[in-house]
Amino acid sequence: MTKHLLSIDDLGRDGIEEILELTKSFAEVSARRIPKVPALRGKNIAWLFYEDSTRTRLSFETAAKRLSADTMNFSVSSSSVNKGESLRDTCLTITAMGVDAIVVRHRSAGVPWQITKWVDASVINAGDGWHEHPTQALLDCFTIQQRFGSLEGRHVAIVGDIKHSRVARSNLAAFTALGAEVTLVAPQTLLPPSLEGWNCKVSHDLDAVLPTVDVAYMLRMQLERQKQALVPTLREYTAGYGLTEQRLDNLGSETMIMHPGPMNRGVEIAPSAADDPRAVITNQVANGVSVRMAVLFLLLGSGGDLGTLPEPESVQPDDGDAR
Amino acid sequence: MTETLVLRGGTVVDASGSRVADVVVGDDGRIAAVGEQSEKLSADRELDAGGCIVSPGFIDLHTHLREPGKEEAETIETGARGGALGGFTALVAMPNTTPPMDSVSVVQEVIALGEPALTDIIASAAITIGRAGEELAPMAELAKLGVRIFTDDGTGVQDDLLMKRALEYSVGLSPFTGGASVALAQHCEVTALSEGTYMHEGEWSSRLGIPGQPAESEELMVMRDIALAKSTGARVHFQHLSTAGSVELVRAAKAKGIPVTAEATTHHFTLTDAACASYDTVFKVHPPLRGDADVAAVKAGLADGTIDAIATDHAPHCAHDKERPFDAAPPGMIGLETALALAITELDLPIETLVGLLSWKPAKIAGIDDVHGGPIAVGRPANLTVFDPDEAWTIDSNSFASRSTNCPYEGHEVKGKVRHTVVHGEAVVIDQEAQR
Repeated sequence: MTKHLLSIDDLGRDGIEEILELTKSFAEVSARRIPKVPALRGKNIAWLFYEDSTRTRLSFETAAKRLSADTMNFSVSSSSVNKGESLRDTCLTITAMGVDAIVVRHRSAGVPWQITKWVDASVINAGDGWHEHPTQALLDCFTIQQRFGSLEGRHVAIVGDIKHSRVARSNLAAFTALGAEVTLVAPQTLLPPSLEGWNCKVSHDLDAVLPTVDVAYMLRMQLERQKQALVPTLREYTAGYGLTEQRLDNLGSETMIMHPGPMNRGVEIAPSAADDPRAVITNQVANGVSVRMAVLFLLLGSGGDLGTLPEPESVQPDDGDAR
Repeated sequence: MTETLVLRGGTVVDASGSRVADVVVGDDGRIAAVGEQSEKLSADRELDAGGCIVSPGFIDLHTHLREPGKEEAETIETGARGGALGGFTALVAMPNTTPPMDSVSVVQEVIALGEPALTDIIASAAITIGRAGEELAPMAELAKLGVRIFTDDGTGVQDDLLMKRALEYSVGLSPFTGGASVALAQHCEVTALSEGTYMHEGEWSSRLGIPGQPAESEELMVMRDIALAKSTGARVHFQHLSTAGSVELVRAAKAKGIPVTAEATTHHFTLTDAACASYDTVFKVHPPLRGDADVAAVKAGLADGTIDAIATDHAPHCAHDKERPFDAAPPGMIGLETALALAITELDLPIETLVGLLSWKPAKIAGIDDVHGGPIAVGRPANLTVFDPDEAWTIDSNSFASRSTNCPYEGHEVKGKVRHTVVHGEAVVIDQEAQR
């Protein structure tokens, strides 16, 4: 694996499979009574989140703690960024404190690539604009593999606001790299202006697609899209592209319902769909921690084994957060 | 300053054709002799033009000199030095300075700052106050100072009626210009379609997740201004044409005799939107780098005369301003010191056509063809460029005179290098070195 995790394309099928294989070990660690190993003891990871994120940041933070890494949080709202510091200076400042990895989330596409030119640390893309969100795609692949064993030959519909979605871009790349077929389902206004080079089918007819899929992957619908005239009304969007209660009958009994969160219940996904037994939305979240452990370990680990922590009675005081 | 010069052994190219001849420049700053019998033509100083083209000096219709307001990125002095090294003898200074060139006092300041510069500095002025697109700038007062090009460059005039009024008004400015006409130069971009976009809309923007500017954002304004040029009879100059559709619209308008002219930048015929895949902000520019078909159309437009001039849109920015996320970084790239080489390297044009695109055609659009753009003939002001069309070199922006280094061609191998530049009889560049 390379030094950074920027995009799914960088990984390729082999890279994705390597991470997913390792994720199994970390899922096992996560299931332990004390889900913590010393694999990254002494490593320092900085969270650089320029855009609000609760689940991704907490997931990374949990992953780092389970690997015994030290972490520091660069809080953008209360920091020098508000005093006009440039992105480059911020990165140079935090790396001067000695960090091994920067996990970055930014509303602008490409920021993780820019950072790699300025610092020596590993850079992990936790979401850049509309572009990529590779760890989301990896955890989604892992979740599908858990159910079906493999993505080979499976049919996935990614439904909703493809145009503005980094999840859609990363997931399309990852799903197809692992042999799945993908159909994008969206109104024309929420598709990218060009699909040249995209390995997928496109449909505007969710009802025709749903009975054929193994996975219905619903994207979050930003409520402001209506104001931008991308859809006439949210009601019309839900009628055409939402996973409504009526549409649940149209799904196969084994079909997985997925969503990257946070959900707009009643818009892209009906409450009954989100709570349906076929929905694996909380599994996705749980797997997110294991996948991110695998990513951090691959990028920062020495390549040795995970090590084991002593049982609770002999845990040292400085490991208090393991309790 | 008062020494006489002879440019010896070059091939003289101007609108009348090319011939091998020496050119003697008198101490009055004018051409004293043009002849083939070199031994009979002597002067205080002899400049070797062997293997070179001796052409009328180049005119850049589109230069951002950043002064007043952003002198850390460029000054009139440094920009003009870069221009002279690039073979330019006159630069049309764009008015998006701080404060903007929308009043007599600011335009006078720019003209005064340009006096000692190595090239002529030709002040343009804004069409509207503050380039805000709401009220007309005092065009007659500005024309009286010598302004012949009005533009809100950096943005287009969005209001259809205001643009029509500006064009109508421009037709009646001859009492203030000594009879010369003025041109309104448009940065064609309908902002309703371009706001919040940072590169060309297409395959690459879709893949990279960068909001894209559609070609029709430019083309709709080209269409509108062709219609307005037709109805008002005023001269419209289209700046930095970037799409195949725009080139076709201008071609059709010219065929109908509508008074429009157009320029294309070096980057719009050498680079495509694929360059943005690196997320390197040096490739962020307005209008954005377009697709392969657009580049081909711009080249064809330059070849068949649809596009009248090669311009640089030299837009210096400090390194720290470019070290921002792609959407937040300022648009623009420098170009004065690379334009000739890129034109020679990337365009397959006869040398006379190429020199015309850089000199006599833009000189006419800028209304300075009495002084610049040739012909190379006795009595004419000696504004001349001597360049070797075959010299190969590697682009290195750190060697440039410009204060900024936002050059998208770093490390490119090109051919064509300016050897000497003469401005009003003064050899301001000799053997690739600026003399002051």
